[in-house]
Amino acid sequence: MIWGNKSGVQSRSIVQVLSALGVGLFLALPALLAAGGLRGAPYILDLLSMVGLYALLSLSLNVILGLAGMFHMGHAAFFAVGAYATANLNLTYGWPILATLPVAALMAGTLAFIVALPVIHLRGDYLLIVTIGIVEIVKIALTNDIFGLTGGPNGLIGIARPVVFGHRISQPRDFFYLIWIMVGITMILFHWLENSRFGRALKYIKEDTVAAEGMGVNTTAHKLMAFVIGAAWAGMAGTIFASKMRTISPDSFTFGESVIMFTIVILGGSGHQKGVLLGAFLVMGLPELFRDFQDMRLLAYGAALVAMMIFRPQGLWPPTPTQYRLPDPYATKYPRGDKPC
Amino acid sequence: MAHFIEQIIYGLTVGSVYALIALGYTMVYGVMKLINFAHGELFTLGAFIGFVFLGTLSWGSYFGPALAIGLTAILVAGSTALAGHFLERVAYRPLRHSDRLAAVVSALGASIFLQNVIMVVWGAQYRAFNASLLPTVVWRIFGQSVSLVRLFVFLTAVIIMLSLYLFINRTRLGLAIRAAAIDQGAARLMGVDVSRVIALVFVIGPALGGLAGLLVGIYYGQINFNMGQMYGLKAFTAAVIGGIGNIPGAMLGGLLLGLLETLADAYVSGAWKDALAFVALISILIFRPTGILPERVAEKL
Amino acid sequence: MLILSLAGVTKTFGGLVAVAGVSLGVERGQIVGLIGPNGAGKTTVFNIITGAVKPDDGHIFFSGRNLTGLRPHRIVALGIARTFQTIRLFPRLTVLDNVLSGCHCRLNSGVMASLLRLPSQRLEERLVLQRAMSELEFVGLAEVWSSPAGSLAYGDQRRLEIARALATEPKLLILDEPAGGMNEQETANLMGLVARIRDRDITVMLIEHDMGFVMRVCHRVLVMENGSLIAQGTPREVRSDPRVIEAYLGQGED
Repeated sequence: MIWGNKSGVQSRSIVQVLSALGVGLFLALPALLAAGGLRGAPYILDLLSMVGLYALLSLSLNVILGLAGMFHMGHAAFFAVGAYATANLNLTYGWPILATLPVAALMAGTLAFIVALPVIHLRGDYLLIVTIGIVEIVKIALTNDIFGLTGGPNGLIGIARPVVFGHRISQPRDFFYLIWIMVGITMILFHWLENSRFGRALKYIKEDTVAAEGMGVNTTAHKLMAFVIGAAWAGMAGTIFASKMRTISPDSFTFGESVIMFTIVILGGSGHQKGVLLGAFLVMGLPELFRDFQDMRLLAYGAALVAMMIFRPQGLWPPTPTQYRLPDPYATKYPRGDKPC
Repeated sequence: MAHFIEQIIYGLTVGSVYALIALGYTMVYGVMKLINFAHGELFTLGAFIGFVFLGTLSWGSYFGPALAIGLTAILVAGSTALAGHFLERVAYRPLRHSDRLAAVVSALGASIFLQNVIMVVWGAQYRAFNASLLPTVVWRIFGQSVSLVRLFVFLTAVIIMLSLYLFINRTRLGLAIRAAAIDQGAARLMGVDVSRVIALVFVIGPALGGLAGLLVGIYYGQINFNMGQMYGLKAFTAAVIGGIGNIPGAMLGGLLLGLLETLADAYVSGAWKDALAFVALISILIFRPTGILPERVAEKL
Repeated sequence: MLILSLAGVTKTFGGLVAVAGVSLGVERGQIVGLIGPNGAGKTTVFNIITGAVKPDDGHIFFSGRNLTGLRPHRIVALGIARTFQTIRLFPRLTVLDNVLSGCHCRLNSGVMASLLRLPSQRLEERLVLQRAMSELEFVGLAEVWSSPAGSLAYGDQRRLEIARALATEPKLLILDEPAGGMNEQETANLMGLVARIRDRDITVMLIEHDMGFVMRVCHRVLVMENGSLIAQGTPREVRSDPRVIEAYLGQGED
């Protein structure tokens, strides 16, 4: 963008090299911190792991809110279902953590399907209030030890650590890698999903649902599917969260958590994965830099949301139009126009 | 049976508070088609301003309960109205012509902001009102014991609601509000100053919400910075039950929700009481989105 | 052979009769015009055929299949595509993305294939780009494929809507006031385009207020007034039908 159109190809490769360098540097961070002998290293890695976890959650919310444009503010409910599914399977049946991952996804996805089916047609702000209702109901259910599975207000204690290829994940550094590799995989998969028949359909729905339906998109089915995929991913984030914390309780899955995910997506750039990632760093990371202002944290989110809507409603780093690589003979016949009409 | 009647009285008391808050949601929604998420926080603000005068400054012991409550009520209504006005100016007016999502997100942001401002100012812990503000008089009506404070809350709420009802139905300004609620465009053509109507509902609604906060403070004796969230969601539910945008509907919806909740608490399960409101909300939105009253203006969801 | 037929289709909106027992048939391969004064119920008929509005009574048959009560996307899949009276593109998406929306119902890749970018999905994506570009060439908009649809000139947006509808591979194309807001040159081009669409063995049905356009392009003309069909026939027959003249003169319209 910065280099203009003529050197488009060149600037693209520069950006690619720079981002590869950035990712490499980020992944080398634990080693660098250790080499530097910084005393706060575990704390920094822990914080980055939390950023990664929220990035994971927000990327999954982005499918629902950013791509399909559905106002969903109950994402913590599906996060909770995944975490509790993992905790139960691990504590009661001794399942290894990673084996619970698909079950957590399945449970969260199923719940999403059941609750979304009757409300998916509701207009934006009504959907918002219903999803808030859902997250509140789930929290009340957790607090009341529903089906004897949630341990009530105290939650569940003593969840195991994940074991990957025989290596037990327990150090901040291990979680840093586990979570960020998951973030990376998620971003690749969701990037593919976004640039597919399914992802395009979600964009059409977000732009104009009536027109999308009129052009042959089964809008209900696609909205439901987006909801289920987003929820399933949040469920898997729940698995990681449960094994990282080892203790889970209803307090971790409140309306406030849903607000944070929502804020990350809106602030970063609704519908743009890199924007969402930026949002996760800002929303989760910045307050840590000003720890004396812990009380001011949510206050600042609130003010930021208002200010963003007034001055930059598309978010800090909004999506750009999809760049298609035309097949021949069209590629040579019609080089990218970008003519301002 | 005696227990049942007591529950009814209790339910009506709680319900009248819901109704008072619900009016603010329904008026704003009617005119702007916007869920004012920050309304619950204006309610909390009302409670805390009441706390300043009746709790911190304990005006009750200087002026006597009647005068102290009266003065406080005026100050509460005035300051929450002012806060509501600022809220509209800062968070909603710049977005009047933008995307619906933008306004909703802004409302939510304003809500989070206000809630945390209250927390920063007054702290996160519960705050206690002056306990002996109203004399603990208990009357026996139809063999039922009814405390003064309960009767006071209920009657005050009812009087405020009746005044609003008369204002909406008997005055020119009230007519303008009703016209704008039905169709902004048409109202504008008929010579209604819609901007003024919006400004007006953002003064009346918050004032009513703030007074509801004061009543809750007097009734329960303690308040908390995030109580507006639950009360707000329930009051919004009440507004939806009564048909959002419908002023008498909000009053009815509030009373109904209060009753329903109290009876569920007493006879079904206390722990699930709070879930009931949300289940009611979701069911209404799915099965009868226009609310329980016969519909006046069909609205497409 | 009839490709489309309506039998006793009725629709009222809150007591107002928009369409009153309309029965009509459309021959395959023809260009059929639907005309009538404003408020005659023409667009409602189109909305009923495409499933956007459900009729209170009556049935719609398409290639021998009963369409009544089907949702719009199903009807598109069966081979009926439309444009909208007021342009309804996805203005912030690119021209190409808009045409791709039409291709949606002819693609098969599911969520899993997309999530994992399976070879079958990648092949399909390549083919769909070719398909979309060929439709853009057909309407003459290929050069601006990467511009946002909302930035196009009005007439170009109308043509883009047609390209998007053609991308659904319809057997019947329904155009709601395609020449609306176009200048003479654009209208002339549009006539050529409609004829070329017909040459692809696509039946065309259109609402248009420009009588010159209708008389020159259409094989048959249907005339509606107050929700009822009052005349039909060749343009020549319709033009001399006393009831049609009455309906138009009564309205004081051209």
